Amino acid sequence: MGESITFWVLAVVSVAAALGLVFSRRAVYSALMLGVVMLSLAVLYAVQDAPFLAAVQIIVYTGAVMMLFLFVLMLVGVDSSDSLVETIRGQRFWAIVAGLGFAALLAFGIGNVVLTAPKGLTAATKAGNVPSLAELIFTRHVFAFEVTSALLITAALGAMVLAHRERTEAKPTQKDLSRQRFVAFGRTGKNPASLPGPGTYARHNAIDMPALLPDGTVSPLSVNRVLARHEAEEGTLPPEIAEVLRQDELDREAERHSTPTPAEEAASGPDTEPVDTEPIHGEPIHTEPSAEAGPGEEPADAEEALTPGRAGRPASEEDGK
Amino acid sequence: MTTHYLVLSALLFAIGGVGVLVRRNAIVVFMCVELMLNACNLAFVTFARQNGNLDGQVIAFFVMIVAAAEVVIGLAIIVTIFRTRRSASVDDASLLKH
Repeated sequence: MGESITFWVLAVVSVAAALGLVFSRRAVYSALMLGVVMLSLAVLYAVQDAPFLAAVQIIVYTGAVMMLFLFVLMLVGVDSSDSLVETIRGQRFWAIVAGLGFAALLAFGIGNVVLTAPKGLTAATKAGNVPSLAELIFTRHVFAFEVTSALLITAALGAMVLAHRERTEAKPTQKDLSRQRFVAFGRTGKNPASLPGPGTYARHNAIDMPALLPDGTVSPLSVNRVLARHEAEEGTLPPEIAEVLRQDELDREAERHSTPTPAEEAASGPDTEPVDTEPIHGEPIHTEPSAEAGPGEEPADAEEALTPGRAGRPASEEDGK
Repeated sequence: MTTHYLVLSALLFAIGGVGVLVRRNAIVVFMCVELMLNACNLAFVTFARQNGNLDGQVIAFFVMIVAAAEVVIGLAIIVTIFRTRRSASVDDASLLKH
């Protein structure tokens, strides 16, 4: 009686979870559903006189295999959901028909078999489940057991070989990176120093406080884009910063339209620094192609933009924000 | 009761098979293969009890080991394919070279 209650509960749960595994769009949900199926199967093993297998099922499958699945899922892009476009026409329909037919064939075939009452394992496991299994594995199946160890070692080696990636070029040193920055500076006037930090003021000292230029305007380079986006969504972004960001966006757009040709860009070499490619301009509207601008006038601007904002500023100026 | 277990095992196997045929994400296809292996294990354990013979459980144990090795290699292959193609869809992996 107890067994049939356990069976029916777990059968419904596991079939539902298996259907969820197949039909859920998100791969992470599929993985969790697979975990549910594995856990219910472990309980079914335990009910059927296989306590050792139940433990191994939980340890190996839900413990190791599921974790591996989730790890790879996170590496390979969690948000990738299946496209619904069929590459083979009617594939989905015929696959489901085939699945239903196969299930019916198996189920009716099994249902037709007349089985005697199960013999049970009490006679076979006089010494207990684990010792009896051990006796079988280490006597009659000892060769298969040894071969299994070879298989596991091969699998570990194979995983290492497959997942290893050889570095084809030397890792750029700090010297190389610095040289690249200054080459870019000479070519496009791009600021070689680090970006200005947030403003430090008498009453505010936080990452969302922009640095101020000598003329009291906000330096767009010091504005944290992520925070600004969140604040804009919440409607708490100060209009001044919003204005500066908008202007900056326009500048960048103009820059993009007058940027050097691809050949010139390729000549400037790999750029590993993820800072803004735009030189800092004194005037907001300044659509001169930066490639032609040269280091003559730009560096002064760049330097000017860098120095302010770091040190504390008078509170009167800071009231503006 | 044995019949019930076997029918459950057949159902899970068929669902896993449909998943392998229908899904495109290589990782989900892989999970469906695992589901089919698990269904087979349930049948093995059931037959072990039906026949009063522990060999079924031994086989299920070996199936688990092989499945673990297979998962390791399969996922490593998926990661390698993802690196060259930036996609985990089985449709994109139509060539063995890149």
